[in-house]
Amino acid sequence: MHIDLFNEMAKSVIDGEVDEATNLAQKALEQDIEPLDAINNGYVIGINDVGEKFSKGQCFLPELVMAGEAMKAALSVLEPEMKKRGTEREVLGNVVLATIQGDIHDIGKTLVGIMLSANGFRVFDMGVDVKIDALIQKSNEVDANIIAVSALLTTTMINQRTLIEELNKRGVRDKVKVMVGGAPVTRDWADEIGADGYSEDAIGAVSVAKHVLGHN
Amino acid sequence: MPKSIKSISNPQLSLNILKNKDIETIHNKTIEIIENVGVRFPSARALDIWEESGAVVDREAQVIKASGELIESALKKAPPKYILAARDSSQNLLLDGDHVYVGTDGCGVEVIDLKSGKRRRSKLDDVANIALIADYLEEIAFHWVPVSAQDYPPESRGLHELLAIWENSTKHVQTESVYSIAEARASVEMASVIAGGDQELRSCPPLSIMQCTTSPLGHDGGSLDAALTVAEAGIPVGFMTMASCLTTGPATLAGNLVVGNAEVISALALIQLAYPGTPVFYAAAQTASDPRTGVYTGGGPEDFLFGAATNLLADYYNVPLSMGAFATGAKEPNWQAGVDNSLSAFMASVVMSDMLLGVGLLHGSRIWSFEQMLMDCEIFDLVWKMLQGIPVNDETLAMEAIASVGPGGNFLTQKHTLDHMHELWLPKYMDRRSYNVWEENQDGGREWARQEAIKILETHQPEPLDPKQVDELNKIILSVEAGSQVSVDAS
Repeated sequence: MHIDLFNEMAKSVIDGEVDEATNLAQKALEQDIEPLDAINNGYVIGINDVGEKFSKGQCFLPELVMAGEAMKAALSVLEPEMKKRGTEREVLGNVVLATIQGDIHDIGKTLVGIMLSANGFRVFDMGVDVKIDALIQKSNEVDANIIAVSALLTTTMINQRTLIEELNKRGVRDKVKVMVGGAPVTRDWADEIGADGYSEDAIGAVSVAKHVLGHN
Repeated sequence: MPKSIKSISNPQLSLNILKNKDIETIHNKTIEIIENVGVRFPSARALDIWEESGAVVDREAQVIKASGELIESALKKAPPKYILAARDSSQNLLLDGDHVYVGTDGCGVEVIDLKSGKRRRSKLDDVANIALIADYLEEIAFHWVPVSAQDYPPESRGLHELLAIWENSTKHVQTESVYSIAEARASVEMASVIAGGDQELRSCPPLSIMQCTTSPLGHDGGSLDAALTVAEAGIPVGFMTMASCLTTGPATLAGNLVVGNAEVISALALIQLAYPGTPVFYAAAQTASDPRTGVYTGGGPEDFLFGAATNLLADYYNVPLSMGAFATGAKEPNWQAGVDNSLSAFMASVVMSDMLLGVGLLHGSRIWSFEQMLMDCEIFDLVWKMLQGIPVNDETLAMEAIASVGPGGNFLTQKHTLDHMHELWLPKYMDRRSYNVWEENQDGGREWARQEAIKILETHQPEPLDPKQVDELNKIILSVEAGSQVSVDAS
């Protein structure tokens, strides 16, 4: 075992040190450590620790976001090697994430992405003003379990309904869950348009995502 | 029915929130950011204007970098004083730096229903009802679109909202709810009908438009195009930054002011480069995000400090300010709402922000409450009274009355008392009754405000819009809905 190295990996995530997390991942590859072990025994321990502290109000959002960034940096080093070895990290689900067509407000959406990634989902963040057609294509391509779309404007949140209508039209509605969010979006709206999940904030989005996929 | 508008003028209190050299520094650092980091303008029309003016334009990133000289010379073309006109000219608002006017908040998505007390989705009727009550209240000087008419299509919703307000009120409308070229063109046409012609629209605009920036250091393409479209017709245009400490702005207040300032002055400069002399205004509603969650707070000491500091920046550029005040983060009209809205209204008023926004909405400008609307007006009334200060002169020193009463006794029977007792402030929604009366009734400000709102709705008759004008306005909206504007564009 490489307990010291794993501890350092966990610490790099807790401290939000992107460079350190990257270096440690490279070190693990040099020492021929199984990437999956590095992730599960090192980095994941760190992200879980930060997540737990965050949920108890013992650390602040920037610390959580930086931990997420460090985790992401480590994964980007380790994942190509895992692919080579034919191993794969267990994920809770694939999520296609975007700010809906017509809307460019992205901070809430980005936070949702960070929270979901940090909690074991594989997130494909498509950015802002993403066309409904592109969302559905991406969803097919990556075999998404969830499409999550945000809107900040009452005039663009209409497109959340259009997405669901389009999924119905193409006969693929039952293949993917739809989560909606954004400042003007309410539970009533989510219910009315037939969304599977709604969360008012990024933290709530994690439990909603788990719930719609039956993980709890 | 009261036709007068209550505004703060000639304030007797003052606040030193930033030193002149601090303002200079914030300006210089803002210019440094615009010159070296740049601001995103995702609109071809805007980028063309910047390029023609000599700014460095990165078309791919849609980011411009402009010299301090370019920004400063453009801003100098903005008129320092102008009028926001009303359908009833006695309700025109003079933006001259010596008036504080209050407007409603916008744009909410839910309403606490007056009758049922239940929260529900907002619709056009709500826009009309809120406008009617605002028309009646002397504390409300102008309208924002208070809630979204979600029972109307998004393409023309902003226009239906405008019509609903004009049909129910003679006061000025400042819309924050128009952000496409088609809607902007139609709103210009509608405002021209209300003003009585294109020239009248320029000299006495019954409509002004506010667009939000996209923090940090960016703008929305539709908003820019809409702003340029209305500016061409001479309609006053403002840009509002909502840069929030921690998320869309730096965690520190000074840095957050720099980010917001860069967004606002670059946009105002753009308007001046395109249409020199167009009335423009600075708008801001900066706040802090909660570090535990990142959520918008809509209150707190940072929010209140921004409320006071921003007017110094607007004054530095010699343009009026439309400042986010009130607009509590509270979920219902409660303790938090009282604290948030009192302090934000006071801080923005004491520095003489020209326009205060935010009456009536809860939960970070998402839920409309008629009760909160009336109680916010009372907060403004209280601040208005405080800013009259303590006049000290022979009459107010009351020497004769004091001598006449002498040690002991009371002032109730003094003529001086009778002469001045009406100057003492009276609340409408604060409970000054005896404990017993309260205990028997178990009611209070919120319930009284609700009853007052119902009474105003049932009894107030706003001056109707000329039916011919209504017809014309409806035709303009219909033409947008029929897509004729779009086909005109394409031809």
